[in-house]
Amino acid sequence: MAARVNRLTDPVRRRSLGRHARLRRIVTVPLLLLVGAIALGGCQVPSFGAFRGATTQGRTEFHLWQLTMIAGLVVTVIVFCLIVWPVIRHRRRSADEMPRQFHEHIPLEITYTIIPVLIVGALFYFTVIAENKIDDVAAHPNEIIHILAYRWGWSFTYDDGNGQPQHVQIATTAEPKLLAQPDTSTEYPQLVLPDNATIRIDLASADVVHGFYIPEFNFSRYAQPGVLGSQQQFDFTTTTDGVFRGQCTQYCGLYHSEMLFSVRVESSAKFQQWLGAEQAQQAGSGLGASS
Amino acid sequence: MTLVAERPVHLGEPEHEHHAAPSGFYKWVTSTDHKDIGRSYLITSFVFFLIAGCMAVIMRTQLASPDSSIVTQHGYNELFTIHGSLMLYLFAGPFAFGGLANYIVPLQVGAPDMAFPRLNALSYWLYLTGGLTMVASFLTVGGAADFGWVAYAPLSDAVNSPGAGSDMWIVALVLTGFSAIFTGVNIITTVFYLRAPGLTMFRVPIFTWNMVVTGILILIAFPVLTAALIMLWADRHIGAHIYTVSGGGVPVLWQNLFWFFGHPEVYILALPYFGIVTEVIPVFSRKPTFGYRGMVFATIAIAALSTAVWAHHMFTTGVVLLPFFSLMSYLIAVPTGIKFFNWIGTMWRGSLVFNTPMLFSIGFLVVFLFGGVTGIFLASPPIDFATHDTYFVVAHFHEVLFGSAVFAGFSGLYYWYPKMTGRMLRDRLGKASFWFMFVGFFVTFLPQYLVGLHGMPRRIAEYSQSTGWTTLNRISTVGAYLLFIAVAIMLVNFWVSWRKPVIAGANPWDAGTLEWGTSSPPPHHNFNSIPPIRSERPVWDFNHPDHVALGHPSTNGHGKVPAGASEVEHG
Repeated sequence: MAARVNRLTDPVRRRSLGRHARLRRIVTVPLLLLVGAIALGGCQVPSFGAFRGATTQGRTEFHLWQLTMIAGLVVTVIVFCLIVWPVIRHRRRSADEMPRQFHEHIPLEITYTIIPVLIVGALFYFTVIAENKIDDVAAHPNEIIHILAYRWGWSFTYDDGNGQPQHVQIATTAEPKLLAQPDTSTEYPQLVLPDNATIRIDLASADVVHGFYIPEFNFSRYAQPGVLGSQQQFDFTTTTDGVFRGQCTQYCGLYHSEMLFSVRVESSAKFQQWLGAEQAQQAGSGLGASS
Repeated sequence: MTLVAERPVHLGEPEHEHHAAPSGFYKWVTSTDHKDIGRSYLITSFVFFLIAGCMAVIMRTQLASPDSSIVTQHGYNELFTIHGSLMLYLFAGPFAFGGLANYIVPLQVGAPDMAFPRLNALSYWLYLTGGLTMVASFLTVGGAADFGWVAYAPLSDAVNSPGAGSDMWIVALVLTGFSAIFTGVNIITTVFYLRAPGLTMFRVPIFTWNMVVTGILILIAFPVLTAALIMLWADRHIGAHIYTVSGGGVPVLWQNLFWFFGHPEVYILALPYFGIVTEVIPVFSRKPTFGYRGMVFATIAIAALSTAVWAHHMFTTGVVLLPFFSLMSYLIAVPTGIKFFNWIGTMWRGSLVFNTPMLFSIGFLVVFLFGGVTGIFLASPPIDFATHDTYFVVAHFHEVLFGSAVFAGFSGLYYWYPKMTGRMLRDRLGKASFWFMFVGFFVTFLPQYLVGLHGMPRRIAEYSQSTGWTTLNRISTVGAYLLFIAVAIMLVNFWVSWRKPVIAGANPWDAGTLEWGTSSPPPHHNFNSIPPIRSERPVWDFNHPDHVALGHPSTNGHGKVPAGASEVEHG
């Protein structure tokens, strides 16, 4: 109650002082946190629930994700506090209470127009840098793999590696049915890749729009009928060995849920061994489906 | 400057009040009164909301455990298609723009009715016919449409989606599209030509402003959808090959056309609800809207930018100019941010009370904050590559759309229900409903962000145990049940207010806009008298002549409103 009387006796000064202090806080806190986050370089920063990226490109996305997430959290926390503050502090205390009927403050309004412009400008800058890295394609990839998406399966054709024709095709053998086995079951096709290599994917669709998605690569791309060539090509630079799930993300009809595949990244020697075995087997039976 | 006298303008009794007004079914079918049509829209769209909500609960139940078979794959595909279609085309838009706008806009501008009352009735009947067509498609042999609410070509062509259900979906959308276009024309005309004397455009309440801008967006966006749908129909039935590769067509054209409609549509769904919140917060803070002009310009900026962001739905197609659409999408956060700060500024140093409408509006601020911030994430193409078509996106757009259409929509419903019916809804039940909804909302959608980041795609009917998504899905399903309870409490509230009415009076919230200056519900021609209009709060100025907004034109440096405006009629 005492505070109210005080405010009433000297309203203008108190308000403007409070406002400037708040403004400074609003401006400096997120900036400091942003700078701090960049300085940390993403090493100690948590993953915020996302995959860290098993490819160079996925890693680039992951760092952008961390930066954006930190900026987003800072903005969320500040705006949330600004919402909660009047909800707690400015609740009606008596039925006939009548607040001052102010309704604009042009400098303040300009300030909170400019600050968001700066924030999204910075985010856009980092986005463009990351995007250019992710979209960049190498002149001479180690492997070129044609991927055909169809209802409801995948076919991976190993076309060309280091200038050598390879003639290996891996495709879905399972008939669609209700899921009852792990996603990485051998019924679903496996895309085998060498590690520390640049893989060119050439994506196409035989029928409707599909989504080629490997969560741990932090990447997806539509496979679309009628879109071919460089627009449907992208590179992965593998960094981490392991088996990763993959799935169609763009809804494609009845058995969309079961359009699964997996990715196995392994050492170059193991990869060549696998490739040789597949070549021998597929040469015997003609270029056919196998897993 | 203004020709209005300083006392209420008496309009007299409308002449045809004395013969018996039709009632019941006959009134519903024949009325051209904007209030009857608005109420029909509200009830119809709310029924569609309940149907689509039940579908959501079935889907969440299906996803609560891996390898679930509560519904078949085909059934699930139909469910999410019709859930999305009902919610977006038949609930969120028509509830605000058909229902609330129809009822409130003529009242807020002091008009006796809409500019074209019969066209208005036509709108409603087109909408109802379209809606029934969509729901009835479940009765066809092949079932309802099952290509998702976006109906991507060539999945939606005659080869991949044969059957009458798909055609009925197309026809339903064409019909409701025309209904929206006609309502848009009507509202724009009403606000431009039927405003009461003294009500300049910069005194029009933000709710009405937003409806005008929404109407303009509808005129930009819906004809494109209608054209795209007619071409799709031509592809399906007369072999037009507009979207099929085999005939030389371009499938990705559908995506461009659809999202050229689809992204303005998102703001067609959001702006009216922003308008509701901008009405509610000042009233329950006892202050004028902070940054009124900023609000208007922000609304216009959002509308303008929304026509240049459609390809952010197509970042993973590889055929769009990423930086341009990314920048535009980022920029749209700025006017939205301005709105947020203006809402906060309105509450700042106000005198806040937390009746149900205010609770839902504050709830809207919080939930839209989450959805809005993740929207900024998705404006970045690399982040979109990682999360496109996953539950991360599902969580994002449910937070913004559920936040708008349900939190702000229920806020508007609680706020204007007394005006429409003359009765109050129970505050206690309303608050119970709010808290179930607020908690249920986060329990439902926060896990979906995480499960999306773990790679769960949207629109899958089942997943295997080995994915590790079970726990998060189960939590999300529990949240959906909480939301179901929240809506059930709301229905109980309607029932209680129907059986045991509490009379509202003309102005139960001590609100300031013109609709509160007439009886509840308003008479046939809305106003028997109109207070002098000197700001966007004429009723407030009339009731509180000593507390008009700072810089109010009537003060004219004297600090007081001249005598004559002293009659106070509280509810």
